[in-house]
Amino acid sequence: MNKIPSALNLGIRRGKLEIIQFARQRESVVFTLLFPVILLAIFGSVFKDTIAPGVTFSQYFVAGMIASGLVNTGFQALAITIPMERDVGGLKRLRGTPMPASSYFIGKAILIAVSMIIQIALLFGFGLLFFGVEMPTEPSKWLVFIWLVLLGSACSTALGIAFSIVPKSGRGASAVVSPIVIILQFFSGVFFVFTQLPTWMQQLAAIFPLKWLTQGMRSVFLPDSFASQEVAKSWETGRTFTILLAWLFIGVFFSIRKFRWDRD
Amino acid sequence: MNVIEVKGLKKSYGQVHAVRGVDLSIPAGEIFALLGPNGAGKTTTVEILEGFRNRDAGEVSILGFDPKNQGRAAREWRNRIGIVLQSAADAGDLTVIETIKHFSGYYSNPRNVDEVITAVGLESKSGALIRNLSGGQRRRLDVALGIVGSPELLFLDEPTTGFDPEARRAFWALIQQLRGTGTTILLTTHYLDEAEALADRVAVINNGLIIEVSTPAELGGRATSKALVSWRDGDHIKTEGTDNPTSVVTRLNAQFGGEIPELTVTRPSLEDIYLTMIGGKDE
Repeated sequence: MNKIPSALNLGIRRGKLEIIQFARQRESVVFTLLFPVILLAIFGSVFKDTIAPGVTFSQYFVAGMIASGLVNTGFQALAITIPMERDVGGLKRLRGTPMPASSYFIGKAILIAVSMIIQIALLFGFGLLFFGVEMPTEPSKWLVFIWLVLLGSACSTALGIAFSIVPKSGRGASAVVSPIVIILQFFSGVFFVFTQLPTWMQQLAAIFPLKWLTQGMRSVFLPDSFASQEVAKSWETGRTFTILLAWLFIGVFFSIRKFRWDRD
Repeated sequence: MNVIEVKGLKKSYGQVHAVRGVDLSIPAGEIFALLGPNGAGKTTTVEILEGFRNRDAGEVSILGFDPKNQGRAAREWRNRIGIVLQSAADAGDLTVIETIKHFSGYYSNPRNVDEVITAVGLESKSGALIRNLSGGQRRRLDVALGIVGSPELLFLDEPTTGFDPEARRAFWALIQQLRGTGTTILLTTHYLDEAEALADRVAVINNGLIIEVSTPAELGGRATSKALVSWRDGDHIKTEGTDNPTSVVTRLNAQFGGEIPELTVTRPSLEDIYLTMIGGKDE
């Protein structure tokens, strides 16, 4: 009798399968991966001015786009597609096999991570070529960038899986999830300069991860002199790390405890 | 030891008592059919045995394991069973062979993927995307995914609903093949002829209780029930119930001096027996 495969091994296989399935849905591939670039093109063309000495709106916006890309690709996509998978009986079928839940989650995390890497590459490419976006030069900033993407992607994946229990059906999922994400984007300073928002909006946004991801990305893409213009007069890197980690734990906890494989 | 051993199984949803004390014993290698109208407790019973639902009371042992348990032991248990659910329409963007190969990776001793594809008759569709399969082909894929792990026990939930007669025959042949490999099968079905063709034993469940367990031939006293002899006598069709139909026919033969007009000799079909048992309220 051979041993049953490990959860990690199966998780990696699930990841490959998720990527194949994603890649075959051409419309959604193009839309998902190019959406941030399209938004950058629109906002970059509309707002030509600088928001601080040496800081163009495009530069500010790239930070916001990467942060909200993490939320769109992970949280939003999973909280909508998992209820759809549940509706057609795919999850129940998986539940009946020896594949553990953790492998399913790992597979999703791999898909989200790969999709994020492609999105970021496209955003950098277009940003550099057409919108004069400048890349950070200090290695320390790249280090922050890498852990922000990894932690943000993990956090977004876990919260998306956890939130997938909320929509009753796949059909209604988009109507439940999308408004939450759009409102969070406005409140978190993705589309507007955060400090220009009303205080209550800033305080509400500070509860959720997107504000911290966006601020973290600003610390990577904007000059350090801009830190003095933040609400706390600093990048608050340590606090960002802590809050994202806390949300990751919340997401993982609810994913493990409350995940629903079946409609009823 | 029996593959399936259930004692006093109970499950309620609020005020509705779906399962009210079910007992089942199914030995290894048997094909066992669970018959019953919608809402009789069939699906609830099977889903408890599959580990998809919790029970309120009773004892359940499937391959020596209690399906209410979770964790590592449950994985080891799921490695030994196969489940074919009522309907699944997932993974439309994968091909047949990709999907079966992927699922085979979940198990410790999977069957050969090509063999499984041949067994379910999908050789010509192995490179096709699942969303392009017909309903019958999809169902065959469902079975392929259920058997790819070489299960000792296979759950088949209404496997041929929506099939045309030809596809059903082909599907039955596939299940007969599995019998040859020693797989124990628990089948739920609406179709009496399906139970008769496949099952070693059938149980009829109604209102959350098992009414009878028997072979298809003996269910409801079918084998020993009176035969009905009917014939035309002038303007009327006459019918006579008898334990000795041959002697009745011999008597009539003498009476008519040869051919008996419109003669039929029937015994109640499994369907007649079943409908009487459940009070004629299927569907």
